[in-house]
Amino acid sequence: MSDRPLTQSMRPDGEALTIKEYERTDGYQALRKALKMPPKEIQEIVKNSNLRGRGGAGFNTGMKWSFVPMGNDAPRPKYLIANADEMEPGTFKDKMLIELNPHQLIEGMIISALAIEAEIAYVFLRWEYRLAAARAQRAIAEAYENNYLGKNILGSVFSLEMHLHISAGRYICGEETALLNALEGRRAIPRAKPPYPQISGLWGKPTVVNNAETFSNIPHIILHGAEWYKGLSRTTDGGTKIYGMSGRVKKPGLWELPMGTTIREILEGRAGGMQGGYELRYLIPGGASTEFLTAEHLDVKMDFDSVPKVGSRMGTGTLIVIDDKTCPIGVLHNLEKFFARESCGWCTPCREGLPWVTNILEAIENGQGQAGDIEALAMHGESLWLGRTFCALAPGAMEPLRSGLKLFKGDFEQHIIEKRCPWR
Amino acid sequence: MWTVNGVNLNMLSEKETHEIAEELKQYKTRQAASVEALKIIQRSRGWVDDEGIKDLSAMLGMTPDELDGVATFYNLIFRKPVGAHVILICDTVSCWVMGYEKILAHLKNRLGIGLGETSPDGLFTLLPIPCLGACDKAPAMMIDEELYGNLTPEKIDELIKRYGWKG
Repeated sequence: MSDRPLTQSMRPDGEALTIKEYERTDGYQALRKALKMPPKEIQEIVKNSNLRGRGGAGFNTGMKWSFVPMGNDAPRPKYLIANADEMEPGTFKDKMLIELNPHQLIEGMIISALAIEAEIAYVFLRWEYRLAAARAQRAIAEAYENNYLGKNILGSVFSLEMHLHISAGRYICGEETALLNALEGRRAIPRAKPPYPQISGLWGKPTVVNNAETFSNIPHIILHGAEWYKGLSRTTDGGTKIYGMSGRVKKPGLWELPMGTTIREILEGRAGGMQGGYELRYLIPGGASTEFLTAEHLDVKMDFDSVPKVGSRMGTGTLIVIDDKTCPIGVLHNLEKFFARESCGWCTPCREGLPWVTNILEAIENGQGQAGDIEALAMHGESLWLGRTFCALAPGAMEPLRSGLKLFKGDFEQHIIEKRCPWR
Repeated sequence: MWTVNGVNLNMLSEKETHEIAEELKQYKTRQAASVEALKIIQRSRGWVDDEGIKDLSAMLGMTPDELDGVATFYNLIFRKPVGAHVILICDTVSCWVMGYEKILAHLKNRLGIGLGETSPDGLFTLLPIPCLGACDKAPAMMIDEELYGNLTPEKIDELIKRYGWKG
């Protein structure tokens, strides 16, 4: 039993574990155990483990599953979907998990499908992850060949189909209801919630969508138990987390660490601190749609409860480091341009508001900011918020903007008054 | 000329029709296969033209507008012709911090084109792409199906030569 269950067995040469190699590291033993358990028992163990959704929202996974109608009267077929559409800026953890240990994800999905009585599973993968696609395809075929997928898995009454669906490039497909529309071959606009996918999902049937990293944890939880999993963590959230860091640090990368590791431990302990000649200005803790944190927050624990206490979110747990030689208005412009481009266009505040924000930021960055621009940005920050947009994309876009308006008031004013970007 | 479900398909090739029919077997509904079918058309023609939309929509039981609504939604389904190779350059935050503007300028200078354009010899189309998930190797880009990170002007010169750049 390791304290780094997700990555301990990975090969250092960057090749994926074959099925034989995976089996030699207790691979598919958890599935054998789970096949003997009633579905509700699997759900209880996962709920008690305090595994929280690794896609960024952090909802308790076992609890998410508990909303699926069960038993003979439940609508069929039920679906299980791995969200591997990883496109949150600065995020690259699921790519590593799928490339290096696709069977871990598949086994996690099969056990989870057992827990909700699902018969059909999809891995929804972004197109740009070409290597992950080839390896996932091969691993699914290997799993079928070894009777881990298909009819009567390992001689049990449980059968599961699994398909790899490769997308074609659009950020909103990572929103779980937009993902369902994409799978149905429709334009991938989100759906109104309620109803939630667990009640009415793919083609109106009960569906669970979880992030790829979330599923990768499941075999270990079943094999070693909820208490062991909680014991890996430093906080109440269970398990380990794949943390990442990019930007002007000496060693950008990914590391599996106990949930609740501090930002300082990641920045200084793993990423080697800032590159020579650069100082830390601020960090974006969990992908583009999270509020900024600064050097005063370095001892904050990266977990789902600690980061909100300082006004941000852990999100995907892959941090973007912004140095003191980079213009913060430029960063904001870059972030908002991303969100504006990726808006699905369905609801007016997002479709119209994000390009408006982007144009203002571009003008300010180019020394053409005007009086009233800050107020216009702040107005969007208030208006494009939860409850006023059809999904969470625009509110996510406003998180960095709101925190940027607070933190960089001086920089904004300097750009507008001096009619130039001091960094260029 | 071949028919599928009584529909005459003048413009889809036999190969395209066959591949799409195989794909349809994998999906629960014909519409669900639309993204994959669009990619099949694109693999054989380089892009998805209006005739492709018309003929494919008939095969999938969708209206041409419905299918075009799906095709135009995705960054990587091309509804305009592209060059022999498509360069997707990541312009999102980590790549931007780590030098995107410099390598974009170098690429534009070398190829003589801007974003969204194709080089006069038809070799490269240059497109922006959101975060490729290569943030620890920023700045990064893809050429067709290959990912290239830790880009420098020298590396870019070497890469475009590898893909046939003579200029």
